[in-house]
Amino acid sequence: METNEGAVLSLQNFRKQFGSGCEKCADLDERHLQRNYCPNCRTTYACADVSLELYGGEILGVVGESGSGKSTLLRCLYFDEEASSGEAFLQGYKSGQVNIFTETGQQKRYIRNYHLGMVYQNPYMGLRMSFSSIGNIAEKLIAAGGRSVDEMTGRATSLLHKVDIPPYRFLETPATFSGGMQQRVQIAKALSNNPPILLLDEITTGLDLSVQAKVLDLIKGIQRELSISMIVVSHDLAVIRMLAERTIVMLDGKIVEQGLTDQVLEDPQHPYTQKLVQSLL
Amino acid sequence: MNKYNFAFFDEQSKREIRRALLKAVAIPGYQVPFASREMPIARGWGTGGLQVMLAIVGKKDVIKVIDQGSDDSVNAVSIRKFIQQMTGVLETAETSEASIVQSRHRVPEVPLTGEQILILQVPIPEPLRETEQSELRAKRLHAEKEYSGVWLSLFEQIMKYGCTATGADHPTMVHERYVMSPSPIPRYDNRRLNDCAALILFGAGREKKIYALPPYTKVESLAFVDRPFVSESMHGKICRLCGAEGVFLDESVQAAGAGPFYECNDTGYCRQRQSSKSRLDRGEQSGD
Repeated sequence: METNEGAVLSLQNFRKQFGSGCEKCADLDERHLQRNYCPNCRTTYACADVSLELYGGEILGVVGESGSGKSTLLRCLYFDEEASSGEAFLQGYKSGQVNIFTETGQQKRYIRNYHLGMVYQNPYMGLRMSFSSIGNIAEKLIAAGGRSVDEMTGRATSLLHKVDIPPYRFLETPATFSGGMQQRVQIAKALSNNPPILLLDEITTGLDLSVQAKVLDLIKGIQRELSISMIVVSHDLAVIRMLAERTIVMLDGKIVEQGLTDQVLEDPQHPYTQKLVQSLL
Repeated sequence: MNKYNFAFFDEQSKREIRRALLKAVAIPGYQVPFASREMPIARGWGTGGLQVMLAIVGKKDVIKVIDQGSDDSVNAVSIRKFIQQMTGVLETAETSEASIVQSRHRVPEVPLTGEQILILQVPIPEPLRETEQSELRAKRLHAEKEYSGVWLSLFEQIMKYGCTATGADHPTMVHERYVMSPSPIPRYDNRRLNDCAALILFGAGREKKIYALPPYTKVESLAFVDRPFVSESMHGKICRLCGAEGVFLDESVQAAGAGPFYECNDTGYCRQRQSSKSRLDRGEQSGD
């Protein structure tokens, strides 16, 4: 499969379904589906043939209402769940020639540890709450073959400094941290192996406004400094407007609109996007 | 006098355990599931080791049972009596005389030979348990040789205490493939598993797992490159009963301000040294 020039991640016809599917819904013909659900075989198509490209150093926003398949998209890219079909290529992995969805479990783990970083909406998903903050960051370094305690603590400390965790709390467990701090530890963990791609899933949801601003600042700073490509999933248009250069709008597992963020927000074409932009307070 | 079949189990049960043992020996360090039986002692009191023992013991065997180095503790005595009643085999306290040694949390001081089998009782066979609670996922991690969780536990101990704090049961890498819990033996005993001449069998009754180290298997204790593995230091300490040095010693505290004293943890070894010493003493006296 040819990949687009310059795309660090290229996703083609990615599908994630819950259920076996039947003859009627196999082609995703809208006449047989209720939104993304097939009443005949009770299959839900969380992501229905999604294709996208992520370019070096850019932040790609993904918006959509809850249940539109945004998080499923990230979870499958991070191999938390298995893709039902479709292909994904990483520029940095086997020169983008191999579909990462069909690699072995061991290889997927390798990709996860060396090429990807993930920040979950809920820090409990991404962190071990009963392990120290340094230990949490070291986990990813250990997974990538780190066997030197001094090197790993050095790296972890510098990352925790970067995300503004006070040094006297480095050895404490994230369970004792505030939500914003937990989120920042998660970001530090995701950055630990210098991944070329960062996946961010609703990272500011549930944080108060000043903390939100701090986390967003951090993300923006990281992108400028390290030119990491990111996919930012959010239902909050303000977050998308601030972070993303390019935006994808998802509805019922499909991409209904995409383009430059300003364009999408100022001149929405699809009825759903129009409604979304209108409902902005 | 004995209404039970030889060695308590029916032949079918023994065969099932032996089959698990064969698989365990074929894949060193790999945990083989087996149908752990109800035993006349409670789970968690050595039923794994006992089942392995009953499955392999023969009429000509000589058995030794120890509990943390001691031949005389309640657990060791009751297990030994039970085996003895069910089989009628000979028992001994001397390691060199035994053909099968069942042990709770110690490897005997006297080096084992190729003629001997060591059975270790295991409470928690899964080294990944602390970081991965799901049995299914832990199995997958073993299959993919993904042991970050074990390393993370050790790392966390270094963060908390400044050094690895595994008082016992320090995880080991077997034959460069499987990470194995060596059962809660002291770190001192870890290196004695490496390249051991005897066959070593591990039985976890409650967790229904059997695993094994065939003779001369490479067993490495996990350690970070800049934090080498260290066993308990017995430097400068001497057993007050037999005068042994450099063996695993128990520390006891005396009353009223006197310093601690040390005794061999392996009582069989200690007694043997004491009796040969007194024989030697008598010999010298008669020579005068």
